[in-house]
Amino acid sequence: MSKLKDILSPFTAWNNLARDPVTIKDPINDRPGAARYRGFHQNDIEKCIGCGACESICETGAIRMVEVDEVETKEGDSGLRPEVDYGRCCFCALCVDICSTGSLTLSNEYIWVDEDPEAFTFVPGIDKKPWDNNQDGWKKPEPDYELNIKERVRMPEMQAEERENSFVEIVKGYSREQAIAEADRCIDCGLCQATCPAHMDIPDYIRAVREENLKEGFRIMYKTNPLPEVCGRICTHKCEDVCAMGHRGDPIAIRWLKRYIADSVDENEYQEALQQENPKDKDKSIAIVGAGPTGLSAAYYLALMGYSVKMFEAQPRAGGMMRYGIPEYRLPYNALDQDIDYILSLGVDIQYNTRVGKDITLDALHEKYDSVLVGTGLHAGKSTRIPGTDHEHVYQAVDLLREFSKGNEIPISEKIVIIGGGNVAMDITRTLARLQNQKYGQVNITTTSLETEDVMPADQEEIDEAREEKVNLKPGWGPQKIEIENNKIKGLHVQRCLSVFDENGRFNPQFDESQTDFFEGDMLIEAIGQGMDISYLSKSIRDGLDFTQRGRLVVNDYFQSKQEWLFIGGDIIQGPDVIHGIANGHKAARGIDMYLRGDLRYE
Amino acid sequence: MTMKKKNDILSRLFGKEHRPQENKHNQPADADSGKSSDAGKGGGTGSVPGSDSGASGEAHYSDHNHNIAPDHTEDKYPRNGKDGKPEVDLSSGKYTKVWQGPNHPGVTGNMSLELTICGDEIVDAKTHVGYLHRGFEKLFERRLYMQVMPTCLRMCVPESDTNEYVFSEAVEELSGIEAPEKAKWLRMLVLEMSRLQMLLRVVPGQGGAFGLGIGVQWGMYVRELILDLFEELTGGRIYHMYMLPGGVRGDLPEGFRERAIKTMDEVYRFAQRIDDVMFNNSVFKKRATGTGYIDPSWVDRFGIVGPNARAAGYNRDVRKDHPYLLYDQLEWEVPVLEKSDVYTRARIRWMDMQVTADLIKQILNKIPEKGSFKAPTPNALNWRIPRGETYVKAEASRGEFGYYVVSDGSAYPRRITLRGPSYTHAIALLEKMLIRTNIADVGAIMVSLQTCPPEIER
Ligand SMILES: Cc1cc2nc3c(=O)[nH]c(=O)nc-3n(C[C@H](O)[C@H](O)[C@H](O)COP(=O)(O)OP(=O)(O)OC[C@H]3O[C@@H](n4cnc5c(N)ncnc54)[C@H](O)[C@@H]3O)c2cc1C
Ligand code: SF4
Ligand code: SF4
Repeated sequence: MSKLKDILSPFTAWNNLARDPVTIKDPINDRPGAARYRGFHQNDIEKCIGCGACESICETGAIRMVEVDEVETKEGDSGLRPEVDYGRCCFCALCVDICSTGSLTLSNEYIWVDEDPEAFTFVPGIDKKPWDNNQDGWKKPEPDYELNIKERVRMPEMQAEERENSFVEIVKGYSREQAIAEADRCIDCGLCQATCPAHMDIPDYIRAVREENLKEGFRIMYKTNPLPEVCGRICTHKCEDVCAMGHRGDPIAIRWLKRYIADSVDENEYQEALQQENPKDKDKSIAIVGAGPTGLSAAYYLALMGYSVKMFEAQPRAGGMMRYGIPEYRLPYNALDQDIDYILSLGVDIQYNTRVGKDITLDALHEKYDSVLVGTGLHAGKSTRIPGTDHEHVYQAVDLLREFSKGNEIPISEKIVIIGGGNVAMDITRTLARLQNQKYGQVNITTTSLETEDVMPADQEEIDEAREEKVNLKPGWGPQKIEIENNKIKGLHVQRCLSVFDENGRFNPQFDESQTDFFEGDMLIEAIGQGMDISYLSKSIRDGLDFTQRGRLVVNDYFQSKQEWLFIGGDIIQGPDVIHGIANGHKAARGIDMYLRGDLRYE
Repeated sequence: MTMKKKNDILSRLFGKEHRPQENKHNQPADADSGKSSDAGKGGGTGSVPGSDSGASGEAHYSDHNHNIAPDHTEDKYPRNGKDGKPEVDLSSGKYTKVWQGPNHPGVTGNMSLELTICGDEIVDAKTHVGYLHRGFEKLFERRLYMQVMPTCLRMCVPESDTNEYVFSEAVEELSGIEAPEKAKWLRMLVLEMSRLQMLLRVVPGQGGAFGLGIGVQWGMYVRELILDLFEELTGGRIYHMYMLPGGVRGDLPEGFRERAIKTMDEVYRFAQRIDDVMFNNSVFKKRATGTGYIDPSWVDRFGIVGPNARAAGYNRDVRKDHPYLLYDQLEWEVPVLEKSDVYTRARIRWMDMQVTADLIKQILNKIPEKGSFKAPTPNALNWRIPRGETYVKAEASRGEFGYYVVSDGSAYPRRITLRGPSYTHAIALLEKMLIRTNIADVGAIMVSLQTCPPEIER
């Protein structure tokens, strides 16, 4: 039997009559989503780079990257923007959490009424919405919440004490585990590929590292770059500058991954890995002047197309500035030779110690060959032309580097002053520091530049490493004159440099004459840039070429000059760096092929 | 914990009259299995609860049962065939087949029962699932691990967080990553909040199954308050998507602790009110007491877990038996009752509800201020999990809930399968329990098992 209590107690429910109702009268207006609510998407269109990480993570396939009129494709921006389909979206916000730039967020808005079902597929930030400026809603949780690793895998390197007087390569290269971990960070956006002058298929070769399919990675690299050992070490890596991961962390170490793949294939495995032959099935032959990256790259692709290729090189070995400029501790000769040897093994003929314009004329090559490519680079050091630069102990950086690379003795005094703030200046500085260490057991070098450190063109790591190697860096000073006493150099007078470029971006340094200094030294080196020597262009050839007002040679997209048989590329035209040379060489090779088939005119 | 302390905790929560009896079935399984050798096979007159369950079961039954019809003559009920299932001769004209569900207010989700009735009494029952099959386990094989997170939680809609937790933990285990301490506390908080909102539905829902709607509205109101807290903390009300491999997706918002603790008062108040209108309600008592009886001897044979087992005297709770996260740093006692009928099971969930509120308060006071809430994890787009397999379990409001995860070393799971309590409760056990019950009680019995069809079909 039920107790009396069990009959009466339910009536306590009547208590509610005396209580206030708990319902919200107007939920649409009175009930905003919580500050963290995962509501409708917002995208900061200026910040978004169209990397597509949001599309890749979206589990429901709600995101599609689409072209939008408002955004232009440019370096580091695919021009695409995410379009979201609310018929699919589950509002998980993983897209927000993984967004490379932090541009994508969710507002806390959650009510959207529309009679057109198509309206619910929209491009946030482009298709204007009432919640676009809503500050609340889901943002990527900060600070230590990431769906990726922001820091790159550190590259093992030689410590300063070990490398001080050695030319052994500083960078040691990734191990298998390190390479895979670094490759894992890639989000496969392809912004790098678009930016790389050679358009190397970077995401694909990074995937090859991840999947441990290194021979495949090697083949992928050779499709656009026959100098991977070189580029894997010293490339200027434009790709890394635009890497999506660089927006909130370190860019992927693309260069080191390239090196990892290149190093993983042994010299005697190249043939097997690449499975290429030089068919030599075309009756046309091509002359290439200069065996730098431009010439070598063109030779490689032309040989594979079946042309006979003959190279003419002024120096005793191939490589151009890769051999005679870049120091061994950054690019060891065996790595360079590995790349070059494979190219030459495809049946490319090369004649060393032959300076075109002196030993043989360009007109003679024109006569004998169906087409000619010149990639002679920039080898004439420029001078500041300040008083004293005509002294015999004032040298050009590129000349010293070339002589040293050839194995010749170069002058090394106890106190050296170097002028220049770029990478060439760092290369000569650090080369001489090593030689001073070997000869005198200590370093006494002052390297000075017009630019202050924040705008010095040299890579930061070069600057840091030079300091570690005990070089005295003096950025922000303009050279005035060289102090010479009894025909001996005493040092360099400098004054404070306030700015290097004017508001139009033109070189126009401004100085504060009241601030001066004096850097002691008994030998002085200029490393302020190089010019080209194109004296091999005879008057008749030259007259048939286009030059810009500032005296630059003009070529078309395929590096074909107005003299249609003559193609020109590399430092003379673009860059200056190795990868532009490679890219130019590749493009020129295709251009030459088209020209010889009658499909290409200068225009 | 000392016995005194343990009793203190329980009496603080439930007062003297609700103190659970000392549990007789503390140790799992084997102790009981001898008692009921033929029960599972349903031999003899077989399927009447109590009559087939050996000495201790019988004692429970006769002691407690008020409204299950006494054993009838042989010819009213069909005899069991070799498979232990009743052999129904429909041509006899004595029996009618009716379907309950898949759409029916008395079913818990999309599943249906094929009932054979004689008058208004059920003589045979068969559960049918398949109305809700979404193929999740197959979908996972085509998802990156991180993408499994927003999918897996749909395997049990009303208590999605347990999915998130066991999945995340399994991935962490396989890849050798440990979530930071703060993340562990936050995970516990969310798991307990999840349990609480679930119980706020099912406790009054038991009354609802008998037509007592009022408690359901009250429960829903308090549940909404919990969902508000969820919204603040996780950004979502139902699908929280808060835990992911490596940790959680956010720290406590400002002032959350205080607001949450205050909300727990509402829970206690609700517990009191539902006690008045439901548990001390003569109609409810009459309908629920003795209905849907689970004999203790069935517990192991049917794989009964959670409150359904604890109401039958078994002290089983994954949080205590195999402590995970930081549960061993909390003080609480697992409610255990005896005589598992609809009333007792509702009662034990009512106790769970308050224990949970208590745990939430403890957790809130223990979440460290400092520290990170997510361990570094590799790029979600390329995260390959080392080859291996693992089973990770947790105590959901319905009992042990686990994922078995197999990785072949790739970025996609080779296999993820769910072991949820509803599978056994809603299929084998329910079929057995329904026999010789009144058709009017079917809904209430299903609710009392707290079955969740989405979890059966995945
Ligand atoms: C010190 C230094 C460091 C550098 N470091 C880097 C670096 O880290 N990364 C990077 O990307 N780039 C670097 N560069 C730049 C890079 O080396 C050049 O941009 C690149 O080598 C240019 O390629 P190229 O084919 O145009 O010419 P070059 O490499 O200069 O090759 C031209 C070749 O033509 C030959 N030649 C010239 N005139 C004639 C002629 N009349 N007849 C026959 N042969 C001739 C030359 O001997 C030379 O072998 C560096 C340059 C220097 C000087
Ligand atoms: S919120 Fe989730 S489902 Fe929606 S677009 Fe973003 S990733 Fe896709
Ligand atoms: S992840 Fe972010 S930056 Fe990349 S496309 Fe999507 S919204 Fe833009």
